[in-house]
Amino acid sequence: MSLQPISTPDIQTQETKQAKSKSLWIEALFRLLKSKTSVIGLIIITILIITAILAPIIATHDPTTQSIPNRYQAPSGEHWLGTDELGRDIFSRIVYGTQISIRIGLIAVGISMVIGVTLGAIAGYFGRWVDQIIMRIIDIMMAFPSILLAIALVAVLGPSLTNAMIAVGIVGVPQFARIVRSAVLSVKETEFIEAARAIGGKHGRILFRHVLPNSMAPIIVQATLGIGTAILDAAGLSFLGLGAQPPTPEWGAMLSDGRAAIQNAPWVVAFPGVAIFLFVLGFNLFGDGLRDALDPKLKQ
Amino acid sequence: MKKRYLFMLLAVVAMIISACSDSTGSTADDGDEKGGKKTLVFGRGADSIQLDPSKVTDGESIYVTNQIYDTLVRYEEENTEVKAALATDWDVSDDGLVWTFQLRDDVKFHDGTDFAADDVVFNFERWTTSAEFVYYGYMFGASEEDMGGIIEKVEATGDYEVQITLSEPNAPFLQTLAMPPFGIASPEAVEEHGDDYFKNPVGTGPFIFKEWVADDSITVTKNEDYFGEVAKVDEVIFRVIPDNGARFMELQAGTIDLMTGLNPQDISTAEGDDALQIIRRPSMNVAYMAMNTDKEGPLSDKRVRQAINMAVNKEELIALYEGIGKEAKNPIPPSLWGYNDDIEAYPFDVEKAKALLAEAGYADGFDITLNTFSNPRPYMPQPKVTAQAIAEMLKAVNINVEIIESDWDTHLTLTENGEHDMAFLGWTGDNGDPDNFMYVLLDKDNATVGSAGNIAFYKSDKLHDLLKAAQVEMDQDKRTELYLEAQEVIHEDAPWLPIAHTTPPLAASSSIADYIPHPTGSEPFNLLDMKE
Amino acid sequence: MIKYISRRLLMLIPVLIGVSILAFSLIHLVPGDPARSILGEKATKDQLEALQEELGLNDPYYVQYGRFLGDILQGNLGESIQSKESIGVELIQKLPATIELAVFAMLVAVIVGVIAGVIAAVKQYSWFDNMSMTAALFGVSMPIFWLGLMMIWLFSVTFDILPPSGRLTAGVELHTITNFYLIDSILTGNWLAFKDSLSHILMPGLALATIPMAIIARMTRSSMLEVMRQDYIRTANAKGLKKTIIIFQHALKNASLPVLTVIGLQFGLLLGGAVLTETIFSWPGIGRYVYLAVLGRDYPVVQSTILIIAIIFVLVNLITDILYKYLDPRIKFE
Repeated sequence: MSLQPISTPDIQTQETKQAKSKSLWIEALFRLLKSKTSVIGLIIITILIITAILAPIIATHDPTTQSIPNRYQAPSGEHWLGTDELGRDIFSRIVYGTQISIRIGLIAVGISMVIGVTLGAIAGYFGRWVDQIIMRIIDIMMAFPSILLAIALVAVLGPSLTNAMIAVGIVGVPQFARIVRSAVLSVKETEFIEAARAIGGKHGRILFRHVLPNSMAPIIVQATLGIGTAILDAAGLSFLGLGAQPPTPEWGAMLSDGRAAIQNAPWVVAFPGVAIFLFVLGFNLFGDGLRDALDPKLKQ
Repeated sequence: MKKRYLFMLLAVVAMIISACSDSTGSTADDGDEKGGKKTLVFGRGADSIQLDPSKVTDGESIYVTNQIYDTLVRYEEENTEVKAALATDWDVSDDGLVWTFQLRDDVKFHDGTDFAADDVVFNFERWTTSAEFVYYGYMFGASEEDMGGIIEKVEATGDYEVQITLSEPNAPFLQTLAMPPFGIASPEAVEEHGDDYFKNPVGTGPFIFKEWVADDSITVTKNEDYFGEVAKVDEVIFRVIPDNGARFMELQAGTIDLMTGLNPQDISTAEGDDALQIIRRPSMNVAYMAMNTDKEGPLSDKRVRQAINMAVNKEELIALYEGIGKEAKNPIPPSLWGYNDDIEAYPFDVEKAKALLAEAGYADGFDITLNTFSNPRPYMPQPKVTAQAIAEMLKAVNINVEIIESDWDTHLTLTENGEHDMAFLGWTGDNGDPDNFMYVLLDKDNATVGSAGNIAFYKSDKLHDLLKAAQVEMDQDKRTELYLEAQEVIHEDAPWLPIAHTTPPLAASSSIADYIPHPTGSEPFNLLDMKE
Repeated sequence: MIKYISRRLLMLIPVLIGVSILAFSLIHLVPGDPARSILGEKATKDQLEALQEELGLNDPYYVQYGRFLGDILQGNLGESIQSKESIGVELIQKLPATIELAVFAMLVAVIVGVIAGVIAAVKQYSWFDNMSMTAALFGVSMPIFWLGLMMIWLFSVTFDILPPSGRLTAGVELHTITNFYLIDSILTGNWLAFKDSLSHILMPGLALATIPMAIIARMTRSSMLEVMRQDYIRTANAKGLKKTIIIFQHALKNASLPVLTVIGLQFGLLLGGAVLTETIFSWPGIGRYVYLAVLGRDYPVVQSTILIIAIIFVLVNLITDILYKYLDPRIKFE
């Protein structure tokens, strides 16, 4: 995702706004890099991405090769984080699991964002009965306990990683819709949008080329924080057996499968949990920093 | 100054924890011996559904109803031989159609009413009034047109004599009557409570129903006037603790005395603990992987199914049972009469498996799915892990397995509709008759899509003839012969990968004595004692 | 004010109807057959069909939904098709369990969160500020089901000082009045049961409190900082009022608004989100109840319980909104 709003040279008023906003983005970037927490978050995220890309190099074993006689081995020089119920190397499974978690995060948030932003933008821009209908639907989704909604959706679609991502994505829609709606409401009445309308711009064009780019900041923040939430929700579903199917090294599923051995082999449960925690922490730290950077008013 | 807050917080937390923890220690002791009463707390994974055994099929309901009800005849403590219970004597006409039972004349129901022949007739008639009486229909072949099934009539031929007339001979009939679903209920209580009878059960058994708190506990108390061996403990509390691991921790803490559904991983821990013991239930079950022979594709070829049998290293697989399972080669457990031990299990031989696959035209292997379920069953404590192990083993012969895990109910629906390629399932015997394994699970009669017990959809006329002949044959030696041959047919056609027979472990406090678990899965607790 | 409340209540009606339709359609779309899940693997096709007919599962969807809605409007929550027990009776048992857990967790979250937030703000950039804000960030990033398991491993397995599951030790007698065990044991003066149920609620309560605690600590801190910078606090400061009085009288009151919002939102999440915590700690509450009902295709339980949870959720939100406006006179009731 580019941080640069798309430039639109055909409207005069936009030009100045554009220039102003460009410098705002740069300012924000500086603020971001000055904040200790967001830099730590950025480092964690970078390490995770590198791990995901270089997984075959970093992993010491194949993540799915089993060795039943060697099950439940404690951490050792050979198996840094021990082995699981089928004698698979936990370290290597966690390393490969990074790829899956990143995919879950991006796809689930992608789904929430596409649907949520569209609904929120339409509701905010058109107002009146369109707004009423969309926001009531959002209210219904909010009143429905989110994890139960996800469980029910997966039960309908059938348990699989893809369906878990879809369910988690749908559960995240209301957040985006509400944020975007209020952002659009605040931008809608500004001069340059009114100008665009005055010169006869089409609704769709105004909405997607002018209104949305100027509501970008809160969307980016929500997306970053949403990745963390999505990972937690998906891991929770996998923990209940409603997510990734074996032998996929998804962290929540690993943790759930190791549960029976918590008395004898706690490492099988402990390490995947640490991985989930670090992943979510990284995105939370970074998202926090982003919010402070993009919204100077909130910065203490 | 700053540190002081933290210390205060820590101190508060420590105080709360220590205040609470000493309470758990003391209550454990209080619970067991208050007023010198012997209370057995039995921990299990789920609540009973109904306490009317004639309407349920779940083991958790039967566990409790076994304490409350008696059947006409009952199983011996350690096997499925039949002995007297409410009936003291019985005989059967030469054509195998008319059974006559002499009943006890000294039995009272828990509600104080007397037990007599009319009550038996009442119960049999009740079981034919609705499809809700699952086991009756299933064991006696009842259908909507003919609610009685093979039982033509049941009449009281004396105050304490009952005659049951069948429409065709049925070799396992007596064994079947000993099954807990055919426990005799008090007619008066059934009529009084109507639809609520299931939560107000009244029988003649060693324990009297006291209280049921849904999803939490069921309490039964000793029946002092029991006609059999009067119970040694005063009260049994069945407590629901859903998670296997948590339940075991409760046992370690001493808040429960006996539990089922032990994680295999916890067996060694229990064995290393002086305060605990492991009690193994004798095996009368089988876990298997059915291969859908009905689907077009590789599994319809016998050679492929045999190859799969050879590609799986059962010795490693059985290690996942952590000592509670034995490798299976036949559909019936070795403890059952008629078991064919001469059959040689398919050897673990990857090369031979590859050769067979090549012969069948699958040298390059194929893609296939394996359906498994999420909750452990007594015959398969780790379904998900076992599925992964098999998938990985089949990779060696180029068979690429995709695992599909569903919850138990979905799994049953999927497999009986034949939507699977390969699927795990298992069976615990109901009445100790081979018919109850082979006919139910492998006969073509039970391979109907939508309600299949035979989820391999294996249809062999040869097997069908053997099993049908064994059903109407009353001579046990001849029946044995027929079943021995049937197992050979099954072995050759290989509709299954037989996996294991288990001895499901129970963990108990070492104070529990004289507890004899029954192979059918549950038993009355009247013999069990608790030592100081 | 009354006008505002009644308008808000009126607006809840379409939302709740929507929730009921959503719950109804979702659970009916789940593949699988309730009759099969009741009768088990040993039932014959005839038996299944007879039961489906008896349960009314062969009626068109709109008839089934109409029946459900009609029952609800008469205050009848229906009957579980698994246990045949009236759902109302079951909820009287299970709802208090969940609410007790949620309220306990919320109390811990508010007390610890607000205290930590206030101290962190007053001592901005101090050792305590850094520590507690780091802890708060850790808290919101924690998979609570994992935290729960680790707590069990630590306190139940390793140290054996807290019970791993349930609400009460078997054999501890408690005469229930409200089904809130902590309250019942106080009402009946049963000290043993009180200690026992407190020891049971401690771990699940703390696990569930983690996320709201972290959020409340952060919100309190930032709103405190904002308020403390405002003129009237400076004036008060200049007047030489004792610092603690200033903080508690002025700042805390103003900082309470955003915190209140968080409490409202999080409380709803606690109710529904207790599924995982209740699963891990075998807590017999409604989260687990609905979850198992989804798996068992127990249509009436899923429909009615989700509706009840939704009603509680929207009411809690309404109450927080009203309190919000009550506490902050600047906001007008529209």
